[in-house]
Amino acid sequence: MNPDNPKMGFFETIANIDRRVIFLFIGFAVIIPVLLSFSCTEEATPIVQAVYDEIESLPEGSKVLISFDYGPSTVPEVQPMIDALLRHSCEKNLKMYMMALWGTGHNLISESMQDIIEKEFPHKIYGVDYVNLGYKAGNQGLINVILTDMKKMYTTDARGSEIDAVPMMVDIRNLKSFDLILSMGGGFPGIKEWVLFGGDPGNIPVAGGATAVSAPLLYPYYPRQLLGLLGGIKGAAEYESALIKGYPKFKTHSHPAIDMMGPQTVAHIVIVFFIVIGNITFFIGRKREEGEKREGGVIK
Amino acid sequence: MDSVFSHTIAAILTIGIISFLYKDNPLYKFCESLFIGVSAGYWFVQQYYANLLPKLFDNLGITKLVGAENAPEGALQALFLEGRLDDNLLYLIAGVLGVMMLLRLSPKIGWIARWPLAFTVGSSAGLYFITYFQSNAMSQLEHTILPLNSFNNLVLIVGTVTGIIYFYFSKEHKGVFGGAAKVGIYFLMITFGASFGYTVMSRMSLLIGRIDFLFGTWLGLVK
Repeated sequence: MNPDNPKMGFFETIANIDRRVIFLFIGFAVIIPVLLSFSCTEEATPIVQAVYDEIESLPEGSKVLISFDYGPSTVPEVQPMIDALLRHSCEKNLKMYMMALWGTGHNLISESMQDIIEKEFPHKIYGVDYVNLGYKAGNQGLINVILTDMKKMYTTDARGSEIDAVPMMVDIRNLKSFDLILSMGGGFPGIKEWVLFGGDPGNIPVAGGATAVSAPLLYPYYPRQLLGLLGGIKGAAEYESALIKGYPKFKTHSHPAIDMMGPQTVAHIVIVFFIVIGNITFFIGRKREEGEKREGGVIK
Repeated sequence: MDSVFSHTIAAILTIGIISFLYKDNPLYKFCESLFIGVSAGYWFVQQYYANLLPKLFDNLGITKLVGAENAPEGALQALFLEGRLDDNLLYLIAGVLGVMMLLRLSPKIGWIARWPLAFTVGSSAGLYFITYFQSNAMSQLEHTILPLNSFNNLVLIVGTVTGIIYFYFSKEHKGVFGGAAKVGIYFLMITFGASFGYTVMSRMSLLIGRIDFLFGTWLGLVK
């Protein structure tokens, strides 16, 4: 019974609930698990395990191109994927070539290099084990060009060094020189463009991580054109779990995606609860309306 | 101390944006305007240094012409000082097309902007048609022709065929055809549901990111 309107029943009150009440519930559903550090265990699904297995199978010194195709607005989702992939690549002694198709990706490369490679793997040498190629404009046009000639577009690295003076760039001719392309992002240009303009024409393995919003659009490319995909924070959490399973020493490192799955789960339960309640009130309301129509009464 | 100050500013801006959930207010308006302004400024500078300066001004030699230090010689210097046509002179066409695009801002001569737009659309369509056709049509088609030897393959084939049938409007959706179209609707609804679920997860991740920042990074309440 609604005290403001005694004639309004429970279901009418629920049906007319202020949306801010729902926001409040969602807010608490996120804040409380964050404060309590509630997290869930994750198991890698085949689509995530495929990315892990591909990196795991690469021999030492293999060349991996990592494209930072995202911006600060999607950092909470994409950064945990990047962190886990960089740790895995460093552990496997792969050569990491970092570039960006997004203007905002340039700074994110520098941050990732500082936070993960330089801090956790200080023995890695810039120019020998990893390089920052920075941002280049051109979207899929850029991929089209570097498919045949990498150095036509990249004459220097992001620090301004001549590209041929960077030791790990000496034997790079084009995209076909890489053993794996990883595109991390979720918008345009992103994984789809890497598949269409890099992977497919060059027959180069492409994998990546995408925001959850764009992940469903990429599933049609799996597994033939896209060998694996980390979809949203769940994909990132699954990859972190696989990494911890393979390399238990990483358990003590930060694993933000696994940490985020607790609040994520609680928030989803609250949303599902509201969807169920909303549907029940909708059907009850419709049934009552039909009943009133049959009796020839006025719809209240 | 610097990080405390910057985190506090970031926290105030975050709270300002979230405050819209209660109702529109001046703090939200300020944060929104600031975000748009900063984004526009960032992108302008980024595009200037990534595109205009190296590709247009440097290649044409305009940077050298205005007397910038260490600027490379460009196509204009080659033309007027050495009397030869440099390949980079082609960037002049791109520059002119760019200027033509900006004429859209003038109502009287805005029609001129249609020409560079037509050029961009035409050249993009020509350049990318084969790639899109090969990867998005042929490869997808090839990968859908599968043996019916597993449940996954069966779902994929039935989903694809019935989904296409639903969008075929030249024949009335009745009988077996109508039944197949109805199955197609269910596949579409499940797809939309999955997309919606992923969208919720994506938005929640962003919210969790901000909450973690407010309570963890800023207030230090998260262990």
